[in-house]
Amino acid sequence: MATVDSTVRAGATAARDADGGAAGIGPYRLALRRLRRNKAALAFGALFALIVVLCLCAPLYADRIAHTGPNANHVTDTVMVGGVSKDVVSPTGQPLGPTWHGRFLLGADQNGRDIAVRLLYGGRNSLEVGALATLLTMVLATIVGIAAGYFRGVVDGVLARILDLIWAYPVVLLGIALGTSLALGGIAIGPLQLQGNSLLVPAFIIGIVYIPYVAKPIRGQVLGLREQEFVDAARVGGAGPLRIMWSEILPNVSSTLVVFVPLMVANAILLEAALSYLGAGVQPPNPSWGTMISDGIRLIPSAMHLTFVPGAMLVLAVLGINVFGDGVRDALDPRAKVRLEERGEEASR
Amino acid sequence: MTRFVVRRVISMVLVLFAISVLTFLIFQVIPNGDPAQRMAGRLSTPETVAAIRRTWGFDDPIWQQYLITMKKIFTGEVISYTQQVNVLDQIKQDLPATLSLAIGAGIVWFVMGVLFGVLSALRAGHFTDRALTVVALVGVSTPVFLLGAVALYFLAFKVQLFPNGGYVPLTQDPLDWLYHMILPWLVLSVLFIGIYSRVLRSNLLDTMNEDYVRTARAKGISERRVLVRHVLRNSLIPIVSLWSLDFAAVIGGGAILTESVFNLQGVGQYAAESIQRLDVPPVLVIVMLGAFAVVMLSAITDVIFALLDPRIRLTGR
Repeated sequence: MATVDSTVRAGATAARDADGGAAGIGPYRLALRRLRRNKAALAFGALFALIVVLCLCAPLYADRIAHTGPNANHVTDTVMVGGVSKDVVSPTGQPLGPTWHGRFLLGADQNGRDIAVRLLYGGRNSLEVGALATLLTMVLATIVGIAAGYFRGVVDGVLARILDLIWAYPVVLLGIALGTSLALGGIAIGPLQLQGNSLLVPAFIIGIVYIPYVAKPIRGQVLGLREQEFVDAARVGGAGPLRIMWSEILPNVSSTLVVFVPLMVANAILLEAALSYLGAGVQPPNPSWGTMISDGIRLIPSAMHLTFVPGAMLVLAVLGINVFGDGVRDALDPRAKVRLEERGEEASR
Repeated sequence: MTRFVVRRVISMVLVLFAISVLTFLIFQVIPNGDPAQRMAGRLSTPETVAAIRRTWGFDDPIWQQYLITMKKIFTGEVISYTQQVNVLDQIKQDLPATLSLAIGAGIVWFVMGVLFGVLSALRAGHFTDRALTVVALVGVSTPVFLLGAVALYFLAFKVQLFPNGGYVPLTQDPLDWLYHMILPWLVLSVLFIGIYSRVLRSNLLDTMNEDYVRTARAKGISERRVLVRHVLRNSLIPIVSLWSLDFAAVIGGGAILTESVFNLQGVGQYAAESIQRLDVPPVLVIVMLGAFAVVMLSAITDVIFALLDPRIRLTGR
């Protein structure tokens, strides 16, 4: 008896060793270890983190280096560049290009506002909208997905119809319809009061629009999980539905949820930019990467830095989180990656 | 099969009904969005506003206004609030541009996505694969209106290779039509090419280890034939279903941004402009058309797959 036991244990240890090293490490620790070996994902994750930190430091930069605010106009000002005095906005309306100095580092826009300062403040707004929208999507989608998959029947039917409704409604059209009407009127649903120009409005819209994309896969996974023995065991043990959903089902879908987070942040930032481009996102004079790009697009031929600077920042941020997100997914589901690599070898022959 | 179709049709009608109600409500909850006031203009007397309100029925209860609007939509006499033109006529006029964009881009992104996906999978881990991965990731991370604006700047303004936006009807001048559509097609396709090539790549790599592929090789079939007839054919199923959904979304207003950047005057652009004017009837019609396209194409896809692949069973949902 003792020998059998020790053989089993030895076998288990060997299996764990093959996957990541020491025995008894949780799946998330293992995933973290795998992620740490993925240099490209880490580098792009660091790029995204750097952009976040820079944007958080926006007030510091505005105060200490640029000496101006994100909405301060300097249309009639002049600035010394390399010993020459230059108009911030020329009499013909041509805004200043990048000076590569503290003031107007990346140039000015047609209102004489400092692009670098607006870029950082705008990034704060874009990232804030992205983070809040993701939070809203994840929380609601988890609740809806788990409830629909666990209860099935009528609950599933009703929730699935609501998801179908949001899903069939053209995303961008829903976004601009909600965005335009809310930007004018704000939201007043009971205790929830929002001004039309609040950042929470685009965050709210984007958060709602993406719910089906997360809730549907979660529901599918829960449909399988609820038939598993450990759920039966919990039920026999006297656990109610809420308890089973919280402490048996939720931990088992958590890795799927983690994989969705970076993807949703990237999508939310992109949709915010699209809404702002159509005038239904972050409202002026508040900057965001999307509003800055859309302000600049009409002036591309004469002042392309107005579009290219926020555009490059947006693409870098979204690219950073996308590549990092891919790395997280591979780390949490290593078999998928190993499979890919093995077959890749075979395919390349 | 019949049961599936009946349930799908009922579900589709319900979704369309709910979407029309929702759209109507979104524009009704605006506190300062009185359409009569906007139609009368700034310098209007309270009498004219009241008269407009009476003739257009803005005093009626919301549900009654909704019913009247819906009736007008289905009898084809719905009129927009701000421009006072027949909405369906306007949409008929704009539809060719949207269809040109959607169909052309749909073909481009499907062909390129499959091509890049196959190349990536065949050269997995090598330079081609890595390079295509980078291109795909950048494509997925770039907003389409930024890409469009940059493309216009370099290819239409700096180097005058392409026209600076606009749409020429196919019936008027096919060559000029093609000339105006190439850039919008490519720009709209970039995002989808990125997604499709990644999905196809991993599907192909998964399929290559299936037993039936090994069997095919063991039978001595040439590598090319194995790849095309056995591997690619099976890996394409999810791609085709993805394509039909994305194509529906693009027809149903998903190409608003591309249409706006290239000023194609399509249905999506009409919707965007109507929303900014808070003009409910056109938005209502376009949103319902879009939702109809999405629901319809996803049902058709399900049926086609059930016919093609005996492993897929058609259930109510």
